[in-house]
This record gives sequence, C-alpha cells and structure tokens, in this order.
Amino acid sequence: MRVLPYGDAALLLEPEGEIAQVVALADACREAELPGVLDVVPAARAVLLVAEAGSDLGRLRAAVDALEIRSTEAGAPAGTVEIPVVYDGPDLDGVARLTGLDHAEIVAAHTGTPWRVAFGGFAPGFAYLSGGDPRLQVSRREEARTKVPAGSVGLAGEFSGVYPRSSPGGWQLIGRTDAQLWDLDRDPPALLQPGAEVRFVEAS
Amino acid sequence: MIEVLDAGPQALVQDLGRPGLAAIGVGRSGAADRAALRLGNRLLGNDEGAAGVEILLGGFAARVGRDLLVALTGAPAPATVDGRPVGHHAHVRLRRGQELRLGPPPTGLRTYLCVRGGITVPPVLGSRSTDVLSGIGPEPLEKGAELPVGPEPEEFPPIDFAPVATLPTGLVTLRAISGPHAEHAVDPRALATARWVASGRTDRVGMRLEGAALEVAEGAGSLPSEGLTRGAIQLPPGGEPVVFLADHPVTGGYPVIAVLRDADVDRAAQVRPGQPVRITL
Repeated sequence: MRVLPYGDAALLLEPEGEIAQVVALADACREAELPGVLDVVPAARAVLLVAEAGSDLGRLRAAVDALEIRSTEAGAPAGTVEIPVVYDGPDLDGVARLTGLDHAEIVAAHTGTPWRVAFGGFAPGFAYLSGGDPRLQVSRREEARTKVPAGSVGLAGEFSGVYPRSSPGGWQLIGRTDAQLWDLDRDPPALLQPGAEVRFVEAS
Repeated sequence: MIEVLDAGPQALVQDLGRPGLAAIGVGRSGAADRAALRLGNRLLGNDEGAAGVEILLGGFAARVGRDLLVALTGAPAPATVDGRPVGHHAHVRLRRGQELRLGPPPTGLRTYLCVRGGITVPPVLGSRSTDVLSGIGPEPLEKGAELPVGPEPEEFPPIDFAPVATLPTGLVTLRAISGPHAEHAVDPRALATARWVASGRTDRVGMRLEGAALEVAEGAGSLPSEGLTRGAIQLPPGGEPVVFLADHPVTGGYPVIAVLRDADVDRAAQVRPGQPVRITL
C-alpha cells in the first residue's frame, strides 16, 4: 500500500490491486475507528482519510500500518438490496455494440451476479457498484447528457449505478427503476449503504 | 426569533457541517470561514459549532423578536442597530423589535452573525448547514424567513471583545503542501511562482485561480475518481487550478497537485474575485 501526502489533515491510501482492495481497506479503516479520523472516503483506486485539524498524521499512519485488512470476499455484505429494473435504456444499443452482447444477454449479465456498494460520490445517495459481470465494462458516453432522469440505471467503466435524482450525467443508460435511492425522510436516507450487496432484477 | 428583512446576495444558515457521510455521497459543508463562526460562538458562550448566519457581501437586514445577544465576525461589513453603528468581534445587545443592518464589507466576502443560543432551525443529517452543491440543509434565506433561536447556554461569555487580524485588501498568501498528484503538472513549482487572481467564478464549492495556466503533463490530466477535502487544489485540463472550499464534491477525477494548510482554508474563503493570490509550497 502506498500512503500519499494530502495536506496537513488527511492521508491518501492507495492499496495494491483494484476496487475490491479499496473496499476492503475502507471497511478496515471504518472498523478500526482510527485516531482523529472524521471521514473515510473510498473511491475508485484509493481511500482518503480526513482527520481533524491538528491531528498527528504520523500516529495515524502508524495506526494504518497496523490495520488488519480482510479480503472483501471474506467479509459478509452489509445486507442485500434488490432493485427492480425495466431494461429499456436509451444506450442499450450502444452498450450492445461495445460489448458484443445482445439486449437479452446484457440484462442477463446485469442481473446475473450480485454487485457491491464500493463508494459514494457524485450526488447524495449515488453509489458506485462494483464486482459485476466484467463483460459489461464500457466507457462513458462521449457526450454527457444535460439531464438524466432520476432512477436511470447506468454503466461506466467497471461500475454500475442508479441516478438518485435528475442530473447531468455521462453514464451509458440501460434501464430505469422506481426504487427511491435517496429519501431524507427515511432513516437511513441512502438506500445503498457502504458494503451492501445489490441485486438487479428484471421488472415484469 | 430573528426575522429576515433582506437576505442580500446570499445568506445561509451554517454550523460546522456534517462530517462522516462521504460514503453516501454527502459532503461535510459548514461555515466557509470556520474560524470566524467559532470565534463568534466563543464570544457568546455558545458551543463552537452552534449555527449562525453566513452573509455574503453584506446587504443583510433582520429584526429580532426578543432580546438577543449577538456577535459579528468574518468580513467587516459595517453594521448598525436601528441606525446606530455597532462593532465586530464584540457583544451586540439587541432589544426586541430592533433592526440589525449590514452594509457591504470593504474586505473579505463572508460575515457571520452569531446569536447567543444559536440558530435552531431543524438539523438535516445532524447539521444545520446549507450545502449549495448537494442541496441538503435549510433553504437559502429569503426576505420573511423566521429563524428560531435556542435557549441561552449555561456558560457565561468569557470575554466581550476579541482582537482579530484584519483581512487583507491586496495580495493574499495561502500556504499549501505538495499533493498526491503533483507530477501531473509539468512544473509543479509553478503553482507557487505564478501570480494568481481569484476568478469571478468563485463560490462555496471552490475558487478558480486565473493566471498563467499550469502546463498539464502529457498523458496526465484525468484520474479514476478520488476523495477530495476542503483546501484540495485540483488541476483541470485547462491548467487553471481550483481551490476547493466548504461545499466541494465528495470525489473528483482531476489530479490534486497541492492541498492548502487547514488553517489557511478559512482565509481562502474570504478572498474576493479579482484579488491577487500567491500560493506557497
């Protein structure tokens, strides 16, 4: 693992490997209740530890070195969420061209294996889902849409995700769901919690 | 209760934010100049994190529904109570029905109105801060808004005046530390040698610096998304750095070439568009 400098109140941790290692490292950081850490921010390749101002980063670094990191496979998911999807997205044809799969095969691939919440970002309630069928890895759209409807289900890189609210976006849209990804009147407001397993099912 | 008579260009309820929610895509937010909010609260015997009103470029007016002890900190907007001038960094007693008015500050951007007892609008996810990026928290204040004030804390204010260094009108120097992806600039030191000017495109999310754009290294420029902090200096493909402030995105995909010292981020939030800025590394 590389530890990169990030100002005087944060450390950036870059584990060897890919998203599964990032998720495992973020889980370990959260469980360990590291000294002075206010937030654990996992993303695609690294985990940012945001500490209180004036924290002893040397001490934090020592605590990070002492972490016991379990592989994601060994860790039980924090619950399973099922998301019903109508697969009629405007980018289905484009995804078919990029992957060589037909529509039915795309649906089968997207619903066939569980995904896992890797990290959040972009908007409240948006979760980057990883660990799906590798045949579904596609680039973002060359031109982002100015308005993607809430509930749109998309693909980008190794990730899948659901737009919690209407926003601009560049993901390849394959379907839509009625699931409420973000609801401030619900506790917790985010449907997809860190570490949760997500299964997409085809809505009838 | 405080009734807003005029919200000016922007008036927001702010406390010290909602840390710890990045994993569900929610940033910390909170007062852009945390030191100013903390000072105001300390002057009043409040908890440091009590909510106050963050007022952009003055133009704010309010009437109080009961006797209140308040303090103004941050940008030195000239203030009056029923037309009589009052000072900053000091106790200001307001009698029921009196009006507080703020003019435009000669330096700085954001003035904080702190109230003994704190502003007690309902918290959202543990904080009363308005996050302008995600839209979480209380609505921006408008004329007619009524702000509840909490019960007076038991602690009595320890002091009634605090001497504070004035905000600079000219060059602002901000101290930074080289960041995780400095190598994405051909010459990372150029961040420190260039003379920058704060852009007009500056808000609570971030401050763009204009000047001789940094040359982005070949093949560099974009990264898998990565966590951001307040004070992170990002280098977009155009080469003009962006200094992230209170309502920064949780993650970003452009390289972070340097990070401001935490203590200097509050001063960055008081830099006015057009003001010259120097970064030291």
